[in-house]
Amino acid sequence: MVRPGGPAVEPAEHAGPGPASPGAAALVVRISGVDKTFVSDGARVTTALQGIDLDIRRGEFVSLIGPSGCGKSTLLRLIGDLVAPTAGRVTINDKPAARARRDREYGIVFQAPVLFDWRSVEDNVKLPLELMGYNAAQRTARAREMLELVELGEFLRHHPYQLSGGMQQRVAIARALCFEPSILLMDEPFGALDEMTRERMNQEVLRIWERTGITVVFVTHSIPEAVFLSSRVVVMSARPGRITDIVEVDLPRPRDVETREQRRYFELVTAVREALRRGGADSHEADAIEAGSGLAGGSIDRAAAEGGIG
Amino acid sequence: MTIAGSIDSPSPSTASEPAIEAVPGALSHSRARRVGTLVGFGIGVLLLWEAVKWLGGVPWRFKDVFGTGLTIDYSPPFRFPFATDLNLPHWFNILGALAAPVQRNAHQSLGEFLVGAALYTWREAAIGFVAGALLGLVLATVFVHSRLLERAFVPYVIASQTIPIVALAPMIVYAFGPNVTSVVVIATYLTFFPVTIAMIRGLRAPDPRALELMRSYAAGRWATYRKVRLPASLPYLFTALKIAATASIVGAIIGEGPGGIPEGLGRAIINFNQQYISGPEKLWAAILVSSLLGISFFVVIRAAELVVLRGRPGAAEG
Repeated sequence: MVRPGGPAVEPAEHAGPGPASPGAAALVVRISGVDKTFVSDGARVTTALQGIDLDIRRGEFVSLIGPSGCGKSTLLRLIGDLVAPTAGRVTINDKPAARARRDREYGIVFQAPVLFDWRSVEDNVKLPLELMGYNAAQRTARAREMLELVELGEFLRHHPYQLSGGMQQRVAIARALCFEPSILLMDEPFGALDEMTRERMNQEVLRIWERTGITVVFVTHSIPEAVFLSSRVVVMSARPGRITDIVEVDLPRPRDVETREQRRYFELVTAVREALRRGGADSHEADAIEAGSGLAGGSIDRAAAEGGIG
Repeated sequence: MTIAGSIDSPSPSTASEPAIEAVPGALSHSRARRVGTLVGFGIGVLLLWEAVKWLGGVPWRFKDVFGTGLTIDYSPPFRFPFATDLNLPHWFNILGALAAPVQRNAHQSLGEFLVGAALYTWREAAIGFVAGALLGLVLATVFVHSRLLERAFVPYVIASQTIPIVALAPMIVYAFGPNVTSVVVIATYLTFFPVTIAMIRGLRAPDPRALELMRSYAAGRWATYRKVRLPASLPYLFTALKIAATASIVGAIIGEGPGGIPEGLGRAIINFNQQYISGPEKLWAAILVSSLLGISFFVVIRAAELVVLRGRPGAAEG
């Protein structure tokens, strides 16, 4: 009833716990030697990302975590061809990112749902399908299937402003998945939600991921969220933004409320926190701005502590 | 560098409970109150009008009150120069003039004449309105897609509106001849400006991330325009169209003078202005009909707005 995942995904691959075995799994995302600099005010050059290498296997759930300004959102946008790298290469399924975008390989969910008020919930989900040449019957069938998947089947005729924040974000997820992209890019999708809704949405997104087998790249600054969801947590540090560590999350799947109470879960939360702190310390010598970065790291620790208790 | 996530959603996305439905009874109740307020205020204006005349108008005498043989003489305590019967006729005399023949021995009443003139003027204004709205839409569309053209031409669009229309109208008549075309051009000229300015804003109204989403769907400019920019701009468009509706009426009335159009309200206003000493009520009546015409056009656009924007948050306001 649910679509059979992205192209050529074997059910066994994403049903199995932890990362798929290296040899068998095809790479979806390949990032090699990527730098990104922004020029502002004509002259001021900001190095957002430096020397990024990252491979993401098919069906993986990868989180990007780091302090504000570490370039995690920029990295996500580079994968999605919303910005171009200054140096290096980004390929998706062996194609350049720009080509992958034209082939509609990306589903994107932002922190805000970015739904259109003038369209009903169903018509919001249909929008990408309209652009991609699906006929009316296909559009209706897919939109309804996706809204069932996110458990909003009863709200087809509602308008976005009649829904709660969490429901709106679920509509955005349905819209991102309806055209069967091969990779789902999520940029702090639950950052604006309250803690309880956020945990519910985490569960929801895992359920969708397990049923569709889609590859997910997930930007967050919540350590508990990253650990709970991911196969791997990519830890980044700021100025210049770079990858300082990658934490493999070997928690068994399916994960649920009890996962958050396991000893291994807390160990991994601690591991990510320490990786973040190391990243902050590394760049301490770089320049004085690091005081700001250290503060950002501190706030992440606080968020993690709160999340860990809850 | 985090670029995304800094701008909030354009939608009021804070509704905590789903399915907020308006209560139909409450809606009609508030509508009744609005109509009541409107009527009440109108009556208040008429009472104030007569109160001013009572305080500072001219003396009057009411002979043989209802056949009783009594005669009432009234002399107001003050003499306001603006409240004489020439400068401020009784409003019931203005209504009476509407019912009276437009000229001695004419079959047509002044009211009939003015309504006919208003419909004639409205036709000119409506053509200018449509032309101006289309021109404004095209200009805004071009400007939104080309920073260069926007920087080059928007100053001229703004400068065009600093020329007094009474100075420009005769020049347009020289160019297009003393005919309806000139009047339509003048109405267009007053209409395109608010639409252009509002639509430059409106077509840029979508959340930048909405445009990024369209990019991720590999949607081209035209698809983005049709599916996102244009629908997002409609509230701005209707705000501009409501301004443009009344402006187009003003433009047509002004244009009819130099344009030499005898059938419309413009000529009627000029004529009744010249005949003011002998019948001030006629000019007041013409002004009344002109403003009713402007209000009617506004209401038509407002009704269209309610239909087009139905289902959107806040569509019932404004």
